[in-house]
Amino acid sequence: MTTPSQALAPAQRAVQLLGGDLSEVALRQHLEGLPTVDAVGLEARAASFGTRSIKTTSKAAALDTAIRMIDLTTLQGADTRGKVRSLVAKALVPDASDPSTPRPAAVCVYGDMVGNAVEALGSAWSAGKDDGINVAAVATAFPAGRASIAVKLQDTRDAVAAGADEIDMVIDRGAFLEGNYGKVFDEIVQTKEACRRDDGTFAHLKVILETGELVTYDNVRRASWLSILAGGDFIKTSTGKVQPAATLPVTTLMLQVVRDWERLTGERIGVKPAGGISTSKDAIKYLVAVAETCGEAWLDPHLFRFGASSLLNDVLLQRQKLTTGRYSGPDYVTID
Amino acid sequence: MATAKTATTTASRAAAKPSTRLDVPKTYKLFIGGAFPRSESGRVTEVTDARGRFVANVAKASRKDAREAVRAARKAQPGWAGATAYNRGQVLYRVAEVLEGRKAQFVDELQKTEGLTAARAAKQVEAAIDLWVWHAGWTDKIAQIGGNANPVAGPYFNLSVPEPTGVVAIVAPQAQSLLGLTSVVAPALVTGNTVVVVPGGAGLSAISLGEVLATSDLPGGVVNILPGDAAELAPWLAGHADVNALDLTGAGELDWVELEQLAADTLKRVIRPVAGPAPETPQRILALTETKTVWHTKSRL
Repeated sequence: MTTPSQALAPAQRAVQLLGGDLSEVALRQHLEGLPTVDAVGLEARAASFGTRSIKTTSKAAALDTAIRMIDLTTLQGADTRGKVRSLVAKALVPDASDPSTPRPAAVCVYGDMVGNAVEALGSAWSAGKDDGINVAAVATAFPAGRASIAVKLQDTRDAVAAGADEIDMVIDRGAFLEGNYGKVFDEIVQTKEACRRDDGTFAHLKVILETGELVTYDNVRRASWLSILAGGDFIKTSTGKVQPAATLPVTTLMLQVVRDWERLTGERIGVKPAGGISTSKDAIKYLVAVAETCGEAWLDPHLFRFGASSLLNDVLLQRQKLTTGRYSGPDYVTID
Repeated sequence: MATAKTATTTASRAAAKPSTRLDVPKTYKLFIGGAFPRSESGRVTEVTDARGRFVANVAKASRKDAREAVRAARKAQPGWAGATAYNRGQVLYRVAEVLEGRKAQFVDELQKTEGLTAARAAKQVEAAIDLWVWHAGWTDKIAQIGGNANPVAGPYFNLSVPEPTGVVAIVAPQAQSLLGLTSVVAPALVTGNTVVVVPGGAGLSAISLGEVLATSDLPGGVVNILPGDAAELAPWLAGHADVNALDLTGAGELDWVELEQLAADTLKRVIRPVAGPAPETPQRILALTETKTVWHTKSRL
């Protein structure tokens, strides 16, 4: 499935919100003027999402929703073409014992594997339609992001040219922590520009904040706003290469930002927690967080995704348990 | 209270003073993954002796406890099967040693829960200890009985070796709770299986055996003990896809044909309550193994 990219030119949101001159000072004033985060309240709120009782039909619906939101991911140095093919096969037929199992939203691979993923998906590749599986590529010198801007942009263009429907970029955390918001902003704007296809449409841009390196909730809130202002279509918690990766409080905070942005502008931004979500129980807590922070309209693969690899198998085991009434085991799902 | 008279000597005062100390009765909990959790359901069974006097509360395992126990057993299985046969033998022998040291506790529990005389209770405990020793000896010898070098018409070695089946769910015999439990758990452990067992009887000696296992260098999760209602737990274990074998030795009173049918859905190896392999035989140990056959070239030098 493909998400129609925003018609806005890059950086246009910031121009609309902060004024035409778009100076670094204006950006800094806006970001540092954001209210601080009540950490205790946020963590208590996040903990409360785990207390909902979700059983039987609600659980079945939640599990299917979770599968539809998964970006099935393999991001290893040891990835081979065969590994990507088998990941795609898993996305096409998540559970061979139950053809009614929904498919995940996308497969997420390194940029050089995009061509292989597209080829393996064949007719199931969304390629601009809204009823297939997207190919997402990590770019901009993932996961550290420590490369020149020229290298990062070329990385992005290569992936888009190979057919990537979605680009997962990393922000320059070093520059952000130095307080150099303008540099981070410019890089996102330029990467968004690099997502432009020949026909003028844009690949969907997800901006990875790497919240585990941003240290404070206040920084996460600022980075979220910064990414949205610069033109990100999604804000994503983590690369999965740094601990802590996605946590429920951080994801809740980011959901609050996109909710606020929608109230301010009417525009909907997506959120993608990634890394460390490996059980159905966790996934359902996140779905509760989405529904209770942004509303049920956000329970849509266009607006919420899980970056995960082992989560799918756990959800399938739970799904089999619900269908058959008996506990299933890891021998009954494929190893991707 | 000893307030009426002032005592003359310290010794007589101590003797005369009624004890104000309260007993600390032990709650017998579950044994899962090397730990002793309560049942997630919060349920307990009150155990009384033959005259109806309170003995102890025993946690009553639920479906979700069984699920956790299978998970723990699965996690522990590769490590236990990967330990050397010699090492497994040492651990099982250690169980016998530790059991010997705590004989009095087991005699006491069996007297209370099974109404035995001290002599008969001691006899059961000793038989259980001897059975652990017997099985300890088999760990590095069972492959010689169950395996073979097969004759083939070619320049190959063709070797069949017994390997553990995996996770074994067991319904232990009701009678002679300690000896019965040992007679089904020990043979599964010899080859490297891990065990989820619903013990028979009141569950006291089963959980005390869990304490012995936990202090005998047996890795956590190799044996998981779920005191509770076998009729409630056995169907979940029989249907559980991540359980590889089902030992119904103690399920004679249950609808064990139904359990066997449930187990058949996931191709489990099943030991029936009737006409199963005799206890204390190598065949009983080999009943929970799979045969792996390998070909290997002979040198042509």
